[in-house]
Amino acid sequence: MSLTEFDADRPPEKPRRRRGDGTGKRRRRRGLGEVGMGDGSREGAVVEDVDVERSEQFDSYYGRPIVKAPPWRAPIAVYLFLGGVAGGSGLLAVGAQATDRPGLRRSARLVALGSVGVGTAALIEDLGRPERFLNMMRTVKVTSPMSLGTWVVASFGTVSGVLGALEIDEMTGQRAPLGPLRSLLGAAELPASAVQAVLSPILASYTGALLGNTVVPTWEAGRGHLPALFTSSASLAAGGAAMLTAPVADAGPARILATAGVAGDLLSMRAMKESMHPLEREPLETGKAGQMLAWAERLALAGGIGTVLFGRRRGLAAASGIALLAASALTRFGVLEAGLESVKDPRRVVVPQKARLAERRAAGTTDDSITTAG
Amino acid sequence: MSLLSGPEGPAAHAGWEHEHERKGFFTDTSICIGCKACEVACKEWNRNPLDGNLEILGSSYDNTGELGANTWRHVAFVEQGQERIEEARESGRRLVSLGMPGIGPKSSGPRGAMPAGDLSTTDRTPPDTPEFRWLMSSDVCKHCTNAGCLDVCPTGAIFRSEFGSVVVQEDVCNGCGTCVSACPFGVIQRRDDGTVSPFAVREEEDPRRGTASKCTLCYDRLVEGEQPACSATCPTQSITFGDHDDLTVDARERVEDLHARGMTEARLYGANPKDGVGGTGSVFLLLDEPEVYGLPPDPQVPTKSLPRTYARTGLAAAGMVAVAALSFLGARR
Repeated sequence: MSLTEFDADRPPEKPRRRRGDGTGKRRRRRGLGEVGMGDGSREGAVVEDVDVERSEQFDSYYGRPIVKAPPWRAPIAVYLFLGGVAGGSGLLAVGAQATDRPGLRRSARLVALGSVGVGTAALIEDLGRPERFLNMMRTVKVTSPMSLGTWVVASFGTVSGVLGALEIDEMTGQRAPLGPLRSLLGAAELPASAVQAVLSPILASYTGALLGNTVVPTWEAGRGHLPALFTSSASLAAGGAAMLTAPVADAGPARILATAGVAGDLLSMRAMKESMHPLEREPLETGKAGQMLAWAERLALAGGIGTVLFGRRRGLAAASGIALLAASALTRFGVLEAGLESVKDPRRVVVPQKARLAERRAAGTTDDSITTAG
Repeated sequence: MSLLSGPEGPAAHAGWEHEHERKGFFTDTSICIGCKACEVACKEWNRNPLDGNLEILGSSYDNTGELGANTWRHVAFVEQGQERIEEARESGRRLVSLGMPGIGPKSSGPRGAMPAGDLSTTDRTPPDTPEFRWLMSSDVCKHCTNAGCLDVCPTGAIFRSEFGSVVVQEDVCNGCGTCVSACPFGVIQRRDDGTVSPFAVREEEDPRRGTASKCTLCYDRLVEGEQPACSATCPTQSITFGDHDDLTVDARERVEDLHARGMTEARLYGANPKDGVGGTGSVFLLLDEPEVYGLPPDPQVPTKSLPRTYARTGLAAAGMVAVAALSFLGARR
């Protein structure tokens, strides 16, 4: 449109082409060469013909994400899984000690120590500056599940170290030259066990708050259900680990815990999905994450059935245990992946947010919108 | 509803005892010309590395893309036709009819007052609507009153400055990335690559490597009594810097002015202390729905529902203990 008389010399404008399907998908990035600027010999068309387009209920800025996914990769999923195994095993170890099941106690303590150790290493590995991991211990912040979780992991790791050392010392026939340390370790067993009893369920559940306390659409929507899902997953994984490592005669409680975990896992996953907006649920059901979660469900079911039917047969119990561990790992990888996937499409942010805003307005609250007329 | 901030302002609530006013930006997108001087000034002052490989993004004149670890000011370009302009005007009008301007005193102070005299003869017919418009908006960290990034930071690297801004200490941050997922605006990000120097010379170590990075409201300039680089360089005063309270008054006045001229598409973003983040330190005047500019329509700081999340976590933990106890009670020898 000409605004001044000086524009009158311009050639007539061609009508703009309309392209695209109006879904606001991200356009392919073009290199400089592709738009005729590569050799600098001629001026390229910097801007393609503009799409003046929009779909009915959804706007976005060129389909670009609105919120960002955390820079969390596989080590974090490994940690979520192993933290759960450690938490569940901690509970099994305490129970086994209380009910005098030495076989289960030993295996659960060692599994708890091993998994919390490897899990912590994975956590540190995923930091942007791993050499500064101790900065986590500068402060305690109630508003930060990560901060509280770090303290839980560190304390759990410490007491698990004491209890694990006791078991190893006993297994090696007290041959290590510990001297007076041995009696100190022995005296620490009960208090350490008590601390482990308190921290285990928190270790298994806080990761749900960690993921839930974000603005990543799928995790945000799953806020209320992730802790239950993760404790269930931790229970079935720890039960599975005990079935794999402890004597069958001792592993009865582990089998019950695993079976209950399978039931809780399937139910809470279902409840979580049902509570979500379809756009927030979609990443849990499609793509790589959907596949992983589908397999997690199958393996959990198979492991659960195996536990109930063949839990007292060594080989089959071990196989069921492996299936359960794999199911838990896949659940954590799947939930992490679904969250990372959910930020890619701004629709998952915009549509549920507009819906909740409209809901509040319909309910009569018109003064809490970030957008105001003045 | 404000979880971590009282009416006295975020800086006072964070324990600062100075007499500093809360500082912030008012970005009036209606007079932004899209020159990107703010982007350049920001990069130069903060020595922020390049993003990507100088690609053409195919999004109008915006080849920056989005805010991130290396981009603390981002100018958005949106091109719209007649139909869309009408819709924006209508959606703005709906905001007025919702009675949403009812925040704080309006038109009462000297700033908000209508011009004296009889206005009945003033020509209020809307000007001719152009058939095409360009929306340009310089986006920046919102420096929220209730900042999600600050709340979840486990190291204390992110702090509330005496100016009410939210700043990351790059020498404390260990790059855990939690803050990235807690920002409802997608502003903060971990700097995983990039170099301050040109690609050919890479010896220089970037002090922010591997740490979360975002706009500091030019903290280093503020402590010297200077204003941030972007607002200092903005040639049209689209970006203004100052005391937050004054700026919101200016912003409301400007919206009223535009509405009086028939531009009902004008609206404020972030000026409402009752919103999901307790109001933002950077207030924007937008000419369309926020999502058109890549801004969330209803951002909520996760901390707001954290008590409920913790309650559910406690419930899940208690359930697990109960099930484990029953497993031991119910197991046969």
